[in-house]
Amino acid sequence: MRSLELAKRNFKGMWRDWLSLGVNVALPVALMLVLQALESVDDFFAPSSLAPGVVLFGFAMLTMTSAMALAQDRESSLFARLLTTPLRANDFVFAYSVPYVAVAVIQAIVVFAIGLFMGLGIEGNAGIVVLVLLLMAVWYVAAGMIIGAVTPYKAVTGPWTAVLLLTIFGGTWVNLEDIGGVFASVADWFPFAHALTAVRGVMIDGAGFGDVGSDLLWVLAYTVAVVLLAVVLFRGRMVE
Amino acid sequence: MQGETRGTANGLRAIEAVGLRREFGRLVAVDGVDLSIDRGGLFSLLGPNGAGKTTTIRMLCCLLRPTGGTARIGGHDIRDEPLAVKRIISVSPQETAIAEHLDAWENLSLMARLHGLGKEETRRRSGELLEMLALSGRAGDRVKRYSGGMKRRLSIAMALVSRPEVLFLDEPTLGLDPQSRRGLWEHIEGLKGDTTIVLTTHYLEEADALADRIAVIDYGKVIARGTPAELKASVPGAAVTVIEADLSGEATEALRQAYPNLRATESGVEIEDADVSLDRIVDLLRPLGVAVRSTYRRQVSLDDVFVHLTGRQLRE
Repeated sequence: MRSLELAKRNFKGMWRDWLSLGVNVALPVALMLVLQALESVDDFFAPSSLAPGVVLFGFAMLTMTSAMALAQDRESSLFARLLTTPLRANDFVFAYSVPYVAVAVIQAIVVFAIGLFMGLGIEGNAGIVVLVLLLMAVWYVAAGMIIGAVTPYKAVTGPWTAVLLLTIFGGTWVNLEDIGGVFASVADWFPFAHALTAVRGVMIDGAGFGDVGSDLLWVLAYTVAVVLLAVVLFRGRMVE
Repeated sequence: MQGETRGTANGLRAIEAVGLRREFGRLVAVDGVDLSIDRGGLFSLLGPNGAGKTTTIRMLCCLLRPTGGTARIGGHDIRDEPLAVKRIISVSPQETAIAEHLDAWENLSLMARLHGLGKEETRRRSGELLEMLALSGRAGDRVKRYSGGMKRRLSIAMALVSRPEVLFLDEPTLGLDPQSRRGLWEHIEGLKGDTTIVLTTHYLEEADALADRIAVIDYGKVIARGTPAELKASVPGAAVTVIEADLSGEATEALRQAYPNLRATESGVEIEDADVSLDRIVDLLRPLGVAVRSTYRRQVSLDDVFVHLTGRQLRE
């Protein structure tokens, strides 16, 4: 499979950039350690509630990293050369996404592993947690592909900031129940709040598929839409 | 339309372009270029900077959408079947195009595998190219530690590794040392027959030595085409007379009266005419107090062809 060959190249590029890789994994870990100290003030910062938010924040960082990688490559001569090979738009999106989804999985594992030491528990079906977080990992990286496909390298941080703010106000470490009002209503239109509601519901309250079905559908629909949009936008950029 | 190279085995042209045009706003970069290139030859696009050579190649490689006309590569339309086109082409762009964080083996392997070569063939072809371009000693080093020349050689090797049906070489030897250039010429010669090669170059001697046929392009239009010999034969006279002297305006005018096909050069003048009499030149210049340093005749070059066609030198 040709796209795997390109994915391998991108993976090597990322793997050999230890600094960037380290920051992507270390930042969520640091956040987990710092924010968990607030548990004594608010139960919202207990490991089972905090870990899903920290994981999503880490994914949002990968949106920027993956967008910058693609945007930077797009401006290179090598990329023009790659565009003359028989790769389709979906091959490119796949090849650029896979390494970052892999990092997202590593991030989530590390954050949850640290959470376990702090007392994190999963009351319900862990498979739902894995499914939702995996879909969100794909969502965030695909969002990076969209930004990287249409934005110049130096302008990546603009649209990424919007993704980051939506993530935070989706309830990563802001309790939407406490805020309520317009914030909570707007957050409901995006997948972040639904993902966090589903994961926290499973982890804290032992919710099952029936309880989080609608949230799961929101996340799934958003992920499919964003991936398709990434492919369509990338296709438009393959020929000037 | 006349084929740019002689007959084909199956009648299909490697490249067929009709009225190819590309505009960037009000600028017409390529203005109705027709090309008909048969399989297996080496075709050169010759022209000054900004003539439209690279834009033409970018359209043929499906990187740039034509705003007019059409082209087929190996029978596949560049607008409707870009994937089929990309399966049979390979490109060496003007700029060095390599993955800096990979080593040379990995760079070559990436391009070979993306073009569908098997592992064994990839290894063999990569080894051959690394040897030919004197990179085998550093093949396992990260490319970012290479010198500029080494990176350039690797970039070219990446276009050659897949053995494509149609190979586009955009100024391939720019920045190469003479030895590497000569080695690459030999390799390109060896590819002819199996691979159709389209070469753009500033080096006139390169086009002269390698090309079966040449199209001279200027301001986006093909202004002449033919074999190197045919193009040179289009210049009046079989030779150019070179006169090296410090010529005043009066002296140059006196020579121009006698030989209208005269052009000024940095060291004197050149005259496109077979019947130039060196004695007469000396007779013309002596009364004007001009000391002629040297005079000699040389064969017509492709640069003379370009000057003859446009009134400018190719490198201007």
